[in-house]
Parts: sequence; C-alpha cells; structure tokens
Amino acid sequence: MAQTRELTCIRCPMGCALTVELDDSGAVTSVTGNSCPRGAQYGRDEVTNPVRTVTTSMPVVGASHAHMVSVKTQTDVPKGKVFDVIAALAGLTAQAPVAIGDVLVHDVAGTGVDVVATSNAR
Amino acid sequence: MGNSIEKRAIVIVGGGPAGLAAAVAAHEAGERDVLILERDTQLGGILNQCIHNGFGLHTFHEELTGPEYAARYVAQVDELGIERRLGTMVLDISEDRVVTAVSATDGITRIQAGAVILAMGCRERPRGALAIPGYRPAGIYSAGTAQRLVNIEGQLPGREVVILGSGDIGLIMARRMTFEGAHVQCVAEIMPYSGGLKRNIVQCLDDFGIPLLLSHTVVDIEGRDRVEAVTIAEVDERMKPIPGTERRYPCDTLLLSVGLLPENELSREAGVELSGVTRGPVVNERLETSVPGVFACGNVLHVHDLVDFVSQEAAAAGRSAAAYVARGEDAAAQRVDIVATDGVRYTVPAYLSGSDLDQDVTLRFRVGGVFRDRYVSVYLDDERVRHAKKRILTPGEMEQVVIKADQLRERAPHTVTVKLEEE
Amino acid sequence: MDLYDVIVIGAGVSGCAVARELARRDARVLVVERADDVCCGTSKANSAIVHAGFDAQPGSLMAKLNVEGNRLMYEWAQELNFGVIPVGSLVVCVSEDTRDGLTALLERGRANGVPDLRIIERDELVQMEPNIADEAVAALWAPTGGIVDCFGLTIALAENAVANGVEFAFNQQVVDVRRDGDAWLVVTPQATLRTRAVVNAAGVYADDIHNLVAQPDDALRIVARKGEYYLLDTTAGAHVRHTVFMLPSAMGKGVLVSPTVHGNLIVGPTALDVDDKEATNTTPDGLAQVASKCSLTVKDVPLREVITTFAGLRAHQDAHDFRIGEVAGAPHFYDCAAIESPGLTSAPAIGVMVAGLVADGLGLADKPAGAFDPTRPGYANLNIIDFDAWGRLCEQDPAYGNIICRCCRVSEAQIVDTIHRNPGARSLDAVKRRTGATMGRCQGGFCTPKIMEILERELGMDAREITKRGPGSELVLGLNKDAVADPSAKEGGEA
Repeated sequence: MAQTRELTCIRCPMGCALTVELDDSGAVTSVTGNSCPRGAQYGRDEVTNPVRTVTTSMPVVGASHAHMVSVKTQTDVPKGKVFDVIAALAGLTAQAPVAIGDVLVHDVAGTGVDVVATSNAR
Repeated sequence: MGNSIEKRAIVIVGGGPAGLAAAVAAHEAGERDVLILERDTQLGGILNQCIHNGFGLHTFHEELTGPEYAARYVAQVDELGIERRLGTMVLDISEDRVVTAVSATDGITRIQAGAVILAMGCRERPRGALAIPGYRPAGIYSAGTAQRLVNIEGQLPGREVVILGSGDIGLIMARRMTFEGAHVQCVAEIMPYSGGLKRNIVQCLDDFGIPLLLSHTVVDIEGRDRVEAVTIAEVDERMKPIPGTERRYPCDTLLLSVGLLPENELSREAGVELSGVTRGPVVNERLETSVPGVFACGNVLHVHDLVDFVSQEAAAAGRSAAAYVARGEDAAAQRVDIVATDGVRYTVPAYLSGSDLDQDVTLRFRVGGVFRDRYVSVYLDDERVRHAKKRILTPGEMEQVVIKADQLRERAPHTVTVKLEEE
Repeated sequence: MDLYDVIVIGAGVSGCAVARELARRDARVLVVERADDVCCGTSKANSAIVHAGFDAQPGSLMAKLNVEGNRLMYEWAQELNFGVIPVGSLVVCVSEDTRDGLTALLERGRANGVPDLRIIERDELVQMEPNIADEAVAALWAPTGGIVDCFGLTIALAENAVANGVEFAFNQQVVDVRRDGDAWLVVTPQATLRTRAVVNAAGVYADDIHNLVAQPDDALRIVARKGEYYLLDTTAGAHVRHTVFMLPSAMGKGVLVSPTVHGNLIVGPTALDVDDKEATNTTPDGLAQVASKCSLTVKDVPLREVITTFAGLRAHQDAHDFRIGEVAGAPHFYDCAAIESPGLTSAPAIGVMVAGLVADGLGLADKPAGAFDPTRPGYANLNIIDFDAWGRLCEQDPAYGNIICRCCRVSEAQIVDTIHRNPGARSLDAVKRRTGATMGRCQGGFCTPKIMEILERELGMDAREITKRGPGSELVLGLNKDAVADPSAKEGGEA
C-alpha cells in the first residue's frame, strides 16, 4: 500500500521537515523537503533501515587527568542495534594512552562497525 | 608577581570554541602576540563534555563530536604556537585593559593587553532562578552539571529522572542518561514550543519514547535529603499552573535545562555596556564592546545553538582585535543603530560603527515566538534590501542575515531595521 | 561508662555557643547532633540579622539577651573571625496613621537599653535608602543593627569549642534522656552516654527532649513557624544599604529586605505555623506573599535576580520568650529552648548565660588563666582580599590560585582547609556553609563536581559516598552503565 511519512531530518541542525513517499512494496519513490543530499539519504534510510551513530563514553585507566574517554561508532549502526552497542560497552575499560580515532572495540555487537575514541587520554 | 605588568597584544579570556577560533584568526590576520587564558586544565571549554555528534558540518563539512571539534582547533593553536595558560582564572579587566588573573602555577599576574577578547561563554540558569517551590534535596542538577558528571567523571547522578526544560543540553542528557542506564520519564517545557533543536527532539526523545510535555512545569519538589518525587502541572497562556492538572512523578533526579545566561560579570566590572535582551555586551559590526579595544564573541556575547557559528563569529572578533592592535582606535564615527522589531528580539551586532564598512555584515538574531512562512526583511532607512522567506522561525533557533558592504556604502543609512514580515 | 560533665543536645548556634562558653570551664563537654554538621536546623535558614533589640517586650529574657547578644556579637566577631557587618536597621513607617507605633517602638527600645535609637523623617530616610517606598513617611533608625554570617558564627563557635577540648558527635539523634542515679543517660541509636548535666538546645525538637524529663504539668510545646525567603544575586545586593523592616500597619506585617554579609539581598520571611517539623519546603503561597509584601517598604526589588529560595523553621512557643533554665524536678537538666528570633543575635548572650547556670549548678571551676584560647582563625575571603595579599597566599599555598567556585571566588585551598578543621566539612553543604562555595549565581552548577572530587581525595571516599548533607542525600547514585546488562560478560568478556 502506498504511503507517506513525515519526518524531521536529523542530519544537521537545520532539522528539515521531510516528506517521504513509499510505493506498495515499501520502496521509497520520493523524498522532498530536504535541503541537501544527506537529507534525501536520511529520508530513505529512516523509512527502510533507520540508522544512528552511537556516542557514549568508557572509563580509561592510566591517564594523568581523564577518568573517561568519549567514544562513538565509527559509522552509523542500525537503530535497532543501539542498545546492543551500549550493552556491549558496559564493563569495558580503555587503557591510556588513547588518541582520537583509536579503535577501542572492533565490530561492536556484531554490527561490523568499530567503536573509536573521540577524545584523547594521555 | 609583584607590581610588574606584562604587556601582550591580544589577551583572550577563555579557551573554549570562541577563544580558540578568535586566537587562530587573530594569528592568521598577522598578530603573533596572542595569549589565551583558560580556567580549566585543558582547552576546549564546554565542548569537552559535549561528547555527542552534530558539530562541525559548516566548519569542517563532516559530523564531529564536541571533543573532536575542539581538538581540530587545539591542533591549529598548537601548530601556530599560540601561547595559552591553563588553570588560570581572570579576576578583573580594567577599562584600560589591564587583565588580572590567578593560577596555582603563577599566583596573581597582571597583563596590559593591547586588545582583549571576551570569550567566557555562558552558564546555566539554576533551579533557584525559577523559584520552584518545594524542598532542596540532593538530586537536582542543571543538565550541564549532569553532563559533566556522566561524561567526564563517569558518575550517574540518578536512575529515575525527570527533566524540566527542553533546551538542547536537557534533550541531549535525556539520551545520555538513557544510554547510561537511567530511566527518563519525561521532559516538561513551560513554553508551548521546545527551546531546543528539532533534530534533538527526534533523536534524543522520540527515539526512546520519552514524552515532551509542552506548556507544563514543575510545581513541587519532594524529598528532604534526596529527590523523591516532583509534581508537574500544565500551565495556561500566562504560564501559571492550571489547578487540577497536577501529576506526581516519583523520581530521584530532576535535571534542569531552562536557559543559558552569558557569563558577563567580568565584562560588567570592566564597564562594558550589556544588553538587557541578550545579557551580553552591546557590540558593533567589529564585535567591539562599548569599551574600546575590548571585543566579545561566542556565548558570552549571545547564546548560540551551533558551535560552527560561534567559531565564525569568534574568527571575526579575532580579526577585528588584530586590526585594532595594528591600527589603533578608530576616530568616533556616526553610529548607525540597528532596530530589531516585529518579532525580531535583538540583533548582534546591535549597531554599526559607521566607519569604513568594507566588509559584509552578518546579523545574527533570535525571534520572540514561533512564526510560520514569514519573510526576514532588512531595511536601510526606508529601503528594503533583503527579503528572504523562512518556512518556520522559532526562539530556539538562531537566525542570520547578511547585509552587503556595497549596499551599506552606497546608501549610508542612518538606521538599519530587521523585522519579520508576512509578505 | 565514661561520664561527661555536660552533654549539649543540638549543634545549632545556641548549642555551639553554650559549648564554647562551657569550654572556659574545667569540664568534659560533648555536643550531640542528629545532622552531619553544625548549623543544620533553624540556625542555617533565617534572616541572618543582628537585631538591635527594640522589638522584645521590656523585662523579658528576650529583651535582655538580645541587647547583650548584640553587643557580644560584634566583640566575638573580632576574636572568632566570622562575618558581621553593622549596617544598621530601619523600621519603616508607611502611613501617618501608624506613626504612634514608631514612637512606641523607640520608647520600647530605649527601655531595653538599645543605644543610639532615633526617628528619622522621610527626607533623611530617602538619603539613606534611595529605593525606599514612596509611601514611607519616617523610620526608626537603629545603628547597632547588623547582618551576620549565621553559618560562619556557628562554625566559629564549634571550632573554637573543639580547640578548647569540647567533643562533637554527629549523625546521632537523641531518642531518650533518663535519670541514672546522680547522672543522666542520653540515648542515641548508636550509644548510651552518661553525663552529670544536660543542655537541651534541640531547636524545634526541644519540646520532645524537655518532655522526656519534665513533670506532667510542665510540658513544653514548640511550634515550627515557617519562614520563606528569596535570596537575590549580588548584582541586587546594594538595592538597600541597611536592614529594612516594616512597622506593622493596616497593610500587614511586611517582610524585611536586607543586604547579606555575602553581598546578596535577602527578602522575607513569611510566618506560618506548620505541623511537620521537617517542612523546610517553600510553597507557591509563601513565595508569592514575600514577593508582594516586599514592595510595601522598598520599591523595585529586582526579584528576577533571584538565585534561590528557601524556608526555615523557627522554634516558637506561645509564651513568646526564650525558655532557659533548669527544668523543675530534673536536676542539672537545663533547657535552652524556644530560641526564636532574635535567637541568632542573642546566641552569644545565651551561651554565656546557660554555661553560667550549668557551671554554677555543677560547681565547675574555670580553667587556669591562659588555658582557654578565645580566638579562632577565619577562612581566607578572596572577595575582599587585595590582589597583592592574594598573591602572597598563593606563594604560601598554590592551591589559593586554583579557583573552584567562580561565582563566590572560593579556591581549592579554602575547601581543603574546611575539610581538615575540626569539626571538619564532610559534605557539599558543609563546605558551602564554611566557604560560600555553591552559594552564588550558578548555585553549584560548575563547582559541585569539583568539590566532590576534593572531598573524595581528602577524605579517601568514593564518589557515591559523597553527600549533600549527610546520609540519604548522596549526590550520585551510581556509575555509568552499572545497571546495563553486559551480554559479553556471559561470553567471557572482551578487551
């Protein structure tokens, strides 16, 4: 059944109001209201395979100042996997020194995506 | 210590995003004698605890987290060899730009600055400022304090959470607390619209089924030692609680995201004129305050939503300060006031100095309500020179409009007016 | 079992003043307090005014101790180094109809022995207080009125008491007092303590303690009378220069508007009797009353500069006088009860009086000359120090250069100092009361995590043990993800 979805784009702070049209098979036929190609991609993804970047933090040991090092999934992960990623990080501790971009967890929660540091801890 | 006074060309008060961008721009404009004074033990300011992503799309054309965005600027500051003093709190700025600071390493120091750039940022409005009735137990935090506890210290302020105010930090913390194992029951917002960005409502509340209660506020806080419950009520159009709409939420934590205030105690003591609307300095197109040689940028000037625009604004302040040091004080020129009216609450800058307007002027502003399908118009005296349609304007999102330098030169207006128009 | 000479129940300003004055004697003295620190009840939430003494009924204990306390307050501030400023007070008459009341107040004050009182007319009043209400016609001027740091006073008394041998026991609530031969047993959940004399300085609970030992026809009833306040930012601190009271009129009793020793403006209180003696909550009605009443005497009070609101409970009894003395049929059990306003001002005189009664009753001798040190060092105040002197402090201890509370200018050195004094700070609010940290415009937004870290470091505590004001008021309830199920743990873990 053809349908229309109204979304707010989260790809940048503009928060464009998107209209996504889907055909009977659930395939996206059009995305309108976006201001950039990223918005069009978000519209398509959000109705078919919504994804999110997960940002959180991990304890770090051996650093002179930091107690925590902030981390993110290197790329988006399926939205349905977000809490699996969080759960996989629970109980893990990083070892200083850590630099921005260092991979701290490979293939987190079976997503094929690495978790990388977003802050330095020396 | 003692009575010796160090001399520096540009002293930047604050090493957050504004201070860093100002320093880089001042250096690039040719001024090599730049000193950053930062009260924290590292550069980057509040970005260090803003570990979520969404920063840098304008500046770096990619989506970065706060610490990553800060690190890009810190790397530039390092590369340019710009001096910084950490753990250094500025105590006083005199009208003739003597900056007095204190630190554990140097004690009290005095610096005569050729130009000063104010980049102290802002602070959160606390619970007390709202005069919410009830007890004063542990477990009431401003969202930014909770953000520091969680993101920097790794500590969980509470497990059952209610959030008052839908400012961006509050929305971001709803998601952060959820990720760290807390349960966020709702976000109450006294206004009929959110104070934060729409994307944050989607990705921080909607994603987790956290309700946003518009036109609601906290009317009671229970718990003598630790928060035990809060009562939330709906408010009428005068923002008064409506009797009979109260609902009690048992919880152990109340987070507040009810507004940010530019931190201008130093500016005030330096004699800088402050705006009653923004609570930041009144500046001209060079971002110079009422005290010659003292410039302001970033959240100390007016609260921004996006760090990218802070960086842009701060770079302009850095260039202006460098020019001021190189050229000295400008001769007093006819001041051109900028009138903000018809839905436009204020503009930064608030006036044009009127002398050699050789560059386009970016006016940043906020509106006083939610407006749909309005035009943002700029008039030079009676002539409309800008007329741009916006689908939606809200108080939570800063707007900007650019006036071309050649138009200003040609028309030499006495007054500039910025307003919203229906057509 | 150890035998104390005196156990003081309650470490508020009265209990601490009594303890400090008892420390002049050769006696073993213990102060038992239910909270985690001194100054946690009525003493911490009040107007913090040094009353001149014109208000109380001539001949009452209140009148005598107020005037004497006022004199001692300024003296003791010198030796104990707490903050007091003799700003003077004004009782403002807002209608010619009530001018007689002003004259009566003047005469009452003179009868009480208050020095230098006089009535000033509107012209002079406007000179003294430019923001006085347009309706003000005259005022009673009391130059001996003042403002005091109620925390600083109580803490100074406690520190000086400890320095002279008094012991303190915190987090111990007295649940019973009973006779045991020639002595008293003071019972808490943690201990049964034996003492020759008891001083009941239990604030709003002094009736419960009194009634444990008094004869049936001598029951005491203390009513908790709530007062709600606004505290405004230091930007509003100069809105008035003196403590401004209102002379009661047909418009009501009014509220006071006053600068505080920390440079803020205080506005309040209300007066409402409440059943719950723990009800230190503010209410919509109370706050609205304060907001509307302050304009009766002072115009344009900038209430939007509010940084916090709070409520305190006065220990009121119907007779409206202090109840001080040995309880009939209970030898060496002394009440120091119903200490409501002007109780804070009277505290030094109460201390002298009660300690005198106890010493006479027990026959306590004074310590040998020189054995009692009446002085106590204050905390550095970086708000009033000049930069050169601050620089010298930094040379002695670099931690004076590390600012923790930016709003109230409190350094790491002062916070460490509070923790290592005796009685030392053990909680966030204890640090606040001693230094002013967290009391400013951001209300602890920036400095709370930093103070927690210093407490953790200096006391060897875990963050989860750090409280706002004692057990039950823990500031953080856990660590990140400590309740998030970790599936990898089942699989043997990773990293």
